[in-house]
Amino acid sequence: MSQEVIKSTIVPIIYLLSTILFIFGIKRLSKVKTARQGNTLAAVGMLFAIVGALLELGTVDYRWIAGGMALGTIIGAAFAIRVQMTSMPEMVALFNGFGGIASALVAASVYWELVVQQKATGTVYEAVGTDEAITVMLSILIGGITFTGSIIALLKLKGSLKNGQPILLPARHFITFGLLFASIAFGALAVIGSGQDSVLWVLLLAGSALTLGILLTIPIGGADMPVVVSLLNSYSGVAAAMAGFVIGNPLLIIAGAMVGAAGLILTQIMCVAMNRSLLNVLVGGFGVTDGGGGGGSDEYTKVTSCGPEEAAMILENAESVIIVPGYGLAVAQAQHAVRELADLLKARGTKVTYAIHPVAGRMPGHMNVLLAEADVPYEELLEMDAVNPEFKNTDVVIVLGANDVVNPIASKDPTSPIAGMPILNAHEARSVFVVKRSLSPGYAGIKNELFEYDNAMMIFGDAKKVLQGLISEVKDL
Amino acid sequence: MTLGPLLIGIYVFVLASFVGFEMITKVPPTLHTPLMSGANAISGITIVGAVAAATTAPPTVANILGALAIVTATINVVGGFLVTDRMLRMFGKKKKKK
Repeated sequence: MSQEVIKSTIVPIIYLLSTILFIFGIKRLSKVKTARQGNTLAAVGMLFAIVGALLELGTVDYRWIAGGMALGTIIGAAFAIRVQMTSMPEMVALFNGFGGIASALVAASVYWELVVQQKATGTVYEAVGTDEAITVMLSILIGGITFTGSIIALLKLKGSLKNGQPILLPARHFITFGLLFASIAFGALAVIGSGQDSVLWVLLLAGSALTLGILLTIPIGGADMPVVVSLLNSYSGVAAAMAGFVIGNPLLIIAGAMVGAAGLILTQIMCVAMNRSLLNVLVGGFGVTDGGGGGGSDEYTKVTSCGPEEAAMILENAESVIIVPGYGLAVAQAQHAVRELADLLKARGTKVTYAIHPVAGRMPGHMNVLLAEADVPYEELLEMDAVNPEFKNTDVVIVLGANDVVNPIASKDPTSPIAGMPILNAHEARSVFVVKRSLSPGYAGIKNELFEYDNAMMIFGDAKKVLQGLISEVKDL
Repeated sequence: MTLGPLLIGIYVFVLASFVGFEMITKVPPTLHTPLMSGANAISGITIVGAVAAATTAPPTVANILGALAIVTATINVVGGFLVTDRMLRMFGKKKKKK
């Protein structure tokens, strides 16, 4: 078969198959039963796409391609296999950043080849084509923002950047918008710039895109990072679509647009779960409202605490127990211990379920993944709306390293920073045990009045150690 | 009416965006993280552009930029799909036990 037929017919058919596989893949990824199969379908779609791309190239020098793919595969696989389930959100952020920068690099490479290396004499848009020149600049802008934004999100999730607290520069909105307009101006100047002179503008554009990614992400608190990662995921899709315009490949446009739209919808779903608007999240500074917000002091006055022995005695007589897992459970890697305790209680005839707040953990669905890792049956995980009416008929609630999501002030005090955020009504249960390392506030930076309720008792300590204590006490009953 | 390549591209972009919106409307929160991670791996499709950006031997600036794009896109693709599979394997395993 001639190379012409391959390029004009075979390759487009392969790309079409790849597109179809992506659509079925994403569709199946959104149902529990078919999710794993969906991911495999999408991966096969990607394999088709790569085969198509190599066929389209024909015979070229493969050294860079083979070397780059081998290195990328080793690094990607090493990360993916070694990462702890608790660090999954960081991993997604990192991969996302790589995807974004890849699109920017593709655009930069096309520009460099056609304009600088071929010593183009006219303007950039004459050398590259008008549409391509504009999308080159957009790829660099969006890809650059995605890259540094994802790296900052990663650092915030790890808590290594000011403990995940928002960083607020003076006049930050002014600086950010100024830089955004400057980037657009640099991009426009690069498009109409003549040959070699445009290099400066492209470099300025790349520099301001990378800076913008940082500036847009630092004012947002660690608790909102999942929303940011999801939004950046959407950006990386758009960046890929822009790269598709640059190289004139509909597969990139379709896959990029689908990921861009899906990421945007997912971002919206997350915002709704937190009762925040996207704008409100992006403006940032959440959780730094001066002092503890909304009446009452930050000091706790009448907190009761107890040890595992007392808790075990109350658990002994409980007929129903709801476990509310939170971020602290993930940090303490206590998912296996919690399942062990639940198994013990179930063996004694106690009904045990888990209440999952939509934003529990560090990413929506993160808690479900952690509990699935510990073999907790999927049917025992109840979503907020299903579980909230159950609390008042429940004997014991164990709150494991969760804080803001069980703070009753959200529904009581309209001036509170978390006012209106849907919460789990843990306080309605007969007894509430709160396992926590200290009385320190959660991401919202406010006092949790649940801790002072008469039916609430604190068990201070690392979630895993406390659970192990509880397990041995329950065994001794 | 004849559509130029840019307009066809924009048509495709807009229609594919609608497909993306429609696919995600009903997703159980359990799957938010794996879905985000899987979609993220698909955005590594830019690898198709990357392989076309480093096709000659000399280490020129364009080739090095292209090779870096290949490395980062491959990390995104391979790592993304593997990590998603690891997460989803966990949802699957207890079903077998029953």
